[in-house]
Amino acid sequence: MMMSLMGIIFGIGFFVLAQAQTSGFESFFKRTILGVNGSIRITDRLQETLSSIMASSDEQSGVSFVISAREGKQYVEGVDYPDQLREALEDFPEVTGVSEVLEGRIDVTSGFRAQPARVYGIRLKDHIRVSNLDDHLIDGQLSNFERDVNSVLIGSLLARRLEAKVGDYVVIRTGQEDRRYQIAGVYETGIEDVDKQRIYMQLGEARSLLYKPFGGAFLQVNIANPDKAPHLAAHMERLFGHHVVSWQEREQVWLEVFRALKVSSAITVSTIILISGLGMFNTLAMMVMEKNRDIAILRSMGFTRRDIAEIFIFQGGIILALGTALGSLCGVLATYGISKIPLHIRGVFSTDRFVVEWSWEHYLYAALIASIVIFLASIIPARRAARLEPGSIIRGTSL
Amino acid sequence: MSMDPSVLRVDDLHRWLGEDEGRVHVLKGLTFSVERSNVYGIVGPSGCGKSTLLYLLGLLDRPDQGEIWIEGHPMAYGSDEDRTRARNALIGFVFQFHFLLPEFTALENVMLPMQKLGKLSQPEMEDYAQGLLAEVGLGAKSHRMARHLSGGEQQRVAIARSLANDPAVLLTDEPTGNLDVKNSDLVFDLLCKLAHERGQAVLMVTHNNDLAGRCDRLLSLRDGAFAD
Ligand SMILES: Nc1ncnc2c1ncn2[C@@H]1O[C@H](COP(=O)(O)OP(=O)(O)OP(=O)(O)O)[C@@H](O)[C@H]1O
Ligand SMILES: [Mg+2]
Repeated sequence: MMMSLMGIIFGIGFFVLAQAQTSGFESFFKRTILGVNGSIRITDRLQETLSSIMASSDEQSGVSFVISAREGKQYVEGVDYPDQLREALEDFPEVTGVSEVLEGRIDVTSGFRAQPARVYGIRLKDHIRVSNLDDHLIDGQLSNFERDVNSVLIGSLLARRLEAKVGDYVVIRTGQEDRRYQIAGVYETGIEDVDKQRIYMQLGEARSLLYKPFGGAFLQVNIANPDKAPHLAAHMERLFGHHVVSWQEREQVWLEVFRALKVSSAITVSTIILISGLGMFNTLAMMVMEKNRDIAILRSMGFTRRDIAEIFIFQGGIILALGTALGSLCGVLATYGISKIPLHIRGVFSTDRFVVEWSWEHYLYAALIASIVIFLASIIPARRAARLEPGSIIRGTSL
Repeated sequence: MSMDPSVLRVDDLHRWLGEDEGRVHVLKGLTFSVERSNVYGIVGPSGCGKSTLLYLLGLLDRPDQGEIWIEGHPMAYGSDEDRTRARNALIGFVFQFHFLLPEFTALENVMLPMQKLGKLSQPEMEDYAQGLLAEVGLGAKSHRMARHLSGGEQQRVAIARSLANDPAVLLTDEPTGNLDVKNSDLVFDLLCKLAHERGQAVLMVTHNNDLAGRCDRLLSLRDGAFAD
């Protein structure tokens, strides 16, 4: 009883731990990129070109040139009527936020250095609903940014390269003109590409800076369940005639890396599950085998097959309940333990510790596996033993 | 209780054991009947089939041929439910290798058949079990775990347990095998008393010639058949 309980406890503990560490990095990555770039991005308008266009004909040679756009489609840069599109998007119950963003390439200089960078014009209130910009702020005040059109938020890596800090001024150079902005805040997403080149400013200011009084922006959209993004994106694309990209499509490269990692750790995890499952099975099956003699004695005294099955179901239930409770506790402690392992990662996300995922589903799966194992290892052999004539069991043990 | 004196009757009982080439004809057509208020001794050399016979009579095993009647009811090929009920209410069995449940106390072991039968209240069961343990000389050790008892003590607890539901037939496989002279006399006298005072039929396998001589009837088994 003690042994089989230990078997279940360790089995569940290992199982929980294995799951927590496999998916930890991946879900952390997803959280990070969703928190920066949102679930869905709506960009250029698609123009149906009816397969191909006679572009021009060369009179002299009599040859006609046909320019065909790929897949018979042509793109018009950006969203022309963002407000109309926003209204249409709000009809989707899944949509939780829409932010209009105008992006442009610029150079930025502080006292000494010049850096190429990208300006992101946003409305702060909207953008916070589609990102974790507020959480990512590591220095300065969002309220200052909101109040002052001549202020910007810059990424931590960019700030370091410019040797600039909150309160300092930077000059943004578009080619046509230079404008001076004060740094209202520094943010860090952990994604290197973002932190080293993204500068947030107010949308109106960005439109004037980039000479784009209307249009040309993209919409960053957040939805309740990010897993539905590809489906919704396809739907929106058909509906609006705009190019719509889900985060899965956008981050495909990284997601594939994680998938490869997942396969390799799945092999490890399934080995662990197999071993811990076998461990549980072994200890329990041994317990039941030892109980064969007891089963025969009880049967000889007049206990029915049903009585025996009930005893083992009861015992299995106790082992399952205790094992799941204590095993989950072990899992929690072990997961907490490895989440404290120092590990410094920058680039795709930012962490100083081993990333684990906390999910009640891991515990549910572990309990499910334990119930199956307990059922297979205790109740089935007990039923088989109860079906035998008690004499044949006694004969087997007494001789 | 019906007045038919034969509480147990056996007709042409056969049993083979083992498989294929190893198959042995252990019991070769036994016919006999057992009457109330008698102590039967079953004797015979080791391996002659005494335990095999007792398992069949105790409804712990099924014969390959022949019939067993208990209180007039044919039982050999009955349903598991009927046989299980009969084991509980009518038969007391003491295994050759005194099998107790090791994680229970002596008292709990003795009470198990009563709990299954469910005729007495919990305090009544405890009283009765305590009395049975006193009769086999273990009144003081009733709360000891079974695995903390000596071999002979375990054997006596097993005897007390077999008497728990006041069975019509008591089948005992060498109940005195591990006992000293004093305790084997105690057990044998108890079995005789039960048979003569309560009208139980007692079958006792024994290698002890002295005890065999003191039985009311003797069945001598040799090579799976009765010798005389
Ligand atoms: N599973 C089996 N397969 C084949 N033969 C068996 C099997 N079990 C028992 N036997 C044989 O059946 C015969 C009867 O065995 P049983 O246990 O009834 O003898 P016994 O008279 O009780 O002997 P003992 O006095 O030593 O207890 C023995 O010869 C034994 O070897
Ligand atoms: Mg024997």
